[in-house]
Amino acid sequence: MKSLAIKNLKGRPVRTAVLMVLAALLSFTALGGTLVVASLGKGLDSLKARLGADVMVVPKEATMKKKFEDIVLQGSTGYFYMSYALADEVIQREGVGQVSPQFFLASTGSSCCSIPVQIIGFDPATDFTVSPWIKRTYGGELGKYDIVAGSDLNAFVGDKLSFYGVECTVAAKLEKTGTSYDTTVFTNKDTITALIQSSLDKGMNDFKDTDPEKAVSCLMINAADGTSPEELVNDINIHCKKVRAFRSGDMISGIAGSLGGVSQMIRLLIAAVWVLGIVILLLAFTMSVNERKKEFAVLRVMGASRAKLAGLVLKEALCTCLGGSLIGAVVGLLVLLPFNGVIEKTLALPFLLPNAGSITGFAVSAVALSVISGAAAAAVSAWRVSRIDTGLILRGDN
Amino acid sequence: MELTAEKVTREFVRPSGKTNRFFAVKETDFALQSGRLTVLMGRSGSGKTTLLNMLSGLLMPSSGRITADGKDLYAMPDKELSRFRCEHFGVIPQGQTAIHSLTVTENILLPFALYGDAPDEARARQLMERLDIADLANARPAELSGGELRRVAIARALVRKPSLIFADEPTGDLDDENTAEVFRFLKECASEGAAVLVVTHENDAKGYADIMLKMSAGELTQE
Ligand SMILES: Nc1ncnc2c1ncn2[C@@H]1O[C@H](COP(=O)(O)OP(=O)(O)OP(=O)(O)O)[C@@H](O)[C@H]1O
Ligand SMILES: [Mg+2]
Repeated sequence: MKSLAIKNLKGRPVRTAVLMVLAALLSFTALGGTLVVASLGKGLDSLKARLGADVMVVPKEATMKKKFEDIVLQGSTGYFYMSYALADEVIQREGVGQVSPQFFLASTGSSCCSIPVQIIGFDPATDFTVSPWIKRTYGGELGKYDIVAGSDLNAFVGDKLSFYGVECTVAAKLEKTGTSYDTTVFTNKDTITALIQSSLDKGMNDFKDTDPEKAVSCLMINAADGTSPEELVNDINIHCKKVRAFRSGDMISGIAGSLGGVSQMIRLLIAAVWVLGIVILLLAFTMSVNERKKEFAVLRVMGASRAKLAGLVLKEALCTCLGGSLIGAVVGLLVLLPFNGVIEKTLALPFLLPNAGSITGFAVSAVALSVISGAAAAAVSAWRVSRIDTGLILRGDN
Repeated sequence: MELTAEKVTREFVRPSGKTNRFFAVKETDFALQSGRLTVLMGRSGSGKTTLLNMLSGLLMPSSGRITADGKDLYAMPDKELSRFRCEHFGVIPQGQTAIHSLTVTENILLPFALYGDAPDEARARQLMERLDIADLANARPAELSGGELRRVAIARALVRKPSLIFADEPTGDLDDENTAEVFRFLKECASEGAAVLVVTHENDAKGYADIMLKMSAGELTQE
């Protein structure tokens, strides 16, 4: 009986192929769609973690033409500095809790530098935003001229990269974050001070009057207990005119918004494909059974029970749907896994694939759901076949 | 195996006509005897197929009882009746009835495959030779002529050596020579102990019949 199902499928290859493609489409959209939605969600979480502080403070000129936001959100390169005196003014404000400075430098594509990247220096003594990321892949302490490379950079542990003529060694590589960190190089404070000095010496820094020993680019601040980030941002923006404070939540609200929009669209698309797919499957099974009504009647004449006829229809449906769904899931993975970088670029949103376990889970559920839907669509035909009037059908052609 | 029908009738609803309901088979008592070839003749529309379907367990009578081996066919649950029919009944239906996706051999062995029983391939081969379709063993139904398909249906009905054989115009598409061969063969089945009922329009059938029956307008009469 099982082999009869298989032979029936082989005997009508076109119909079987069409049904399999339909089932493949169902599992493909379910898997692809949910993976993209999950990756976007994970990317957003990662971005929140990447910001790492409640409040960020930068010199006012860094906010012209969205320079700072672009560095953080888009992964573009840039740098700007404020004096210690200015930074101190901010740090003295009431409501400032944990605080740590960051130092920015952008390498260029010219001969002095190996690759054009954003370089961020942090102060190991006070840092609480970068170190947690580095610790995931590197347990040691960064020495002078040690750098940590973001995961998308074409540099690996042990490689030597030079910036403004200073040779640095890649000590560690970050895990993928799905954010601008993936194209950033990290160093400690001593290293970046030396790099900034060298860029000044070479006349390649726009901030010619900067004293690298006494300048910071950005302050990462957590609000003290009892103060909300909102209050702190307002307080700093009112009292320190030469800087600008951002709440990180506000910075990513735009991204969170468009991300929610994209996710919603993908969900609608999945729903549309599924409704359409199931309707077509329903029709296809009905037609396939109608066309073979006489064959089912003949089986009944030979002594097949009503349950066996229904079982035959269901088996055929299960085989096609399982085959098709597996193909769809494999194709989905083959498209998504190697090309997730392209998808990330196309969407221009933080995008971080879930781990292998979750991906497997998504794949299994997509296949299971598509097989169950196919079986449900076939159940209608199975039920109808089990009710056929043998006598009536076999009289049909005379 | 003995098959008996007691007071069976079959009523149908037909939308046209004065009265909607009519009897395709009027109250009939009937016994199909082992070792005998019973031939049922009658005009088209007289109710022959309807009677045969009821006797072979495919059509529930409107009233009356049909028993085989003392078992009331239509009192059995579908699953049990189906298995019973598969083992003991061989039905050659009217028309073309091969399964498209199976070869001739697979079609003939299908009554075994249905319940996963061990196929009697020797029997299938013997039947194919007897019915002159041995060369077509691996052909597909689409490649066969009407008469060849008919012989496939005959082989399929007989492959399990059923004790009750029902044939509805089994020689409709066959030439005289093959027709004679089929009747000789059915006669042989009867002499080996099967109860055979053949519905036919062939006048030659009379020569093979042990019992001749005639159906007219739903009434069964012995000739
Ligand atoms: N399912 C049904 N619904 C309504 N009428 C039916 C049905 N089955 C049979 N009939 C009618 O019952 C009568 C007997 O039909 P049946 O098929 O038994 O005739 P038959 O003697 O086998 O004819 P033929 O020699 O042409 O095969 C016919 O008038 C037919 O139209
Ligand atoms: Mg008939």
